[in-house]
Amino acid sequence: MNSSVIVFPGSNCDRDVATALTNLQFKNKMVWHKDSELPKSDLIVIPGGFSYGDYLRSGAIAAKSNILKEVIKAANSGCLVLGICNGFQILIETGLLQGALLRNKNLKFVSKDINLKIINNENKFCNNYKKNSVISLNIAHNEGNYFTQKDHLKELEDNNLIPFKYCDVEGSINESSNPNGSLNNIAGILNNNKNILGMMPHPERMVDNLISNSNGIELFTSILS
Amino acid sequence: MRFAVIITLKKDVLDPQGKVVEQTLQSMGINSLKNLRQGKYIEIDLNESDEKKAHNIIEEMCKKLLVNLIIEEYTIRKI
Repeated sequence: MNSSVIVFPGSNCDRDVATALTNLQFKNKMVWHKDSELPKSDLIVIPGGFSYGDYLRSGAIAAKSNILKEVIKAANSGCLVLGICNGFQILIETGLLQGALLRNKNLKFVSKDINLKIINNENKFCNNYKKNSVISLNIAHNEGNYFTQKDHLKELEDNNLIPFKYCDVEGSINESSNPNGSLNNIAGILNNNKNILGMMPHPERMVDNLISNSNGIELFTSILS
Repeated sequence: MRFAVIITLKKDVLDPQGKVVEQTLQSMGINSLKNLRQGKYIEIDLNESDEKKAHNIIEEMCKKLLVNLIIEEYTIRKI
């Protein structure tokens, strides 16, 4: 499977994702933001970091970059697109995903491992996870507080477009297990066609038992299968 | 022609920064403070002498990049 990782000035998780993808047998290419052509891709990853120094709003400038025009075209024709952390913020700014990522409710940059409940696994990114299982991934962000209008929130819930929610170690989804104030503890969302996933947690940081756990592997193997 | 754009979070969107600034001012003894919202201020110079056209260009800038219309609102002022 061919993957492309988009690199902006200020991206800092691009190589982590590339390593995870390559180790899991993707044929990966790095794509610079000024490029105007995408290599043939089954999966496009927009990685985490601080593209353009988070100027104006996180992801706002990156969303207007050259290569994003191609990413939008590919996404609209069904290519799988995964935005992690800043990548999620960029997808929101392009309009490919709806809603907004506000500053964390407690105003702090939160960097820690959190628990996630797999709410919906019937999509190309999560089908190797068991529904309702609890996994642990890392988060590291300042603007991850997901917000959207009431009717869109209902649409997300009703159409199974929320793959993960923040929970405690037992799987309870409540205010104390919400690290950033996100509506309904949302940690990631899909578009209506389920080919675009934006998520704040970092699966690429959890693929090697030597340095963490391996709870992120299934996300990538789901895409492969 | 010069314009100022003022961007603030919509009323129903939580503004945690503004809240902290508000609480700090209140704790400093400014008891008459009722409510405070924090936002952004952008100054723009345009090469356009027709005010209506200029206003439309600024409006386009706001909608396409400067403002996230889901959570923010804006006002444009000629300065």
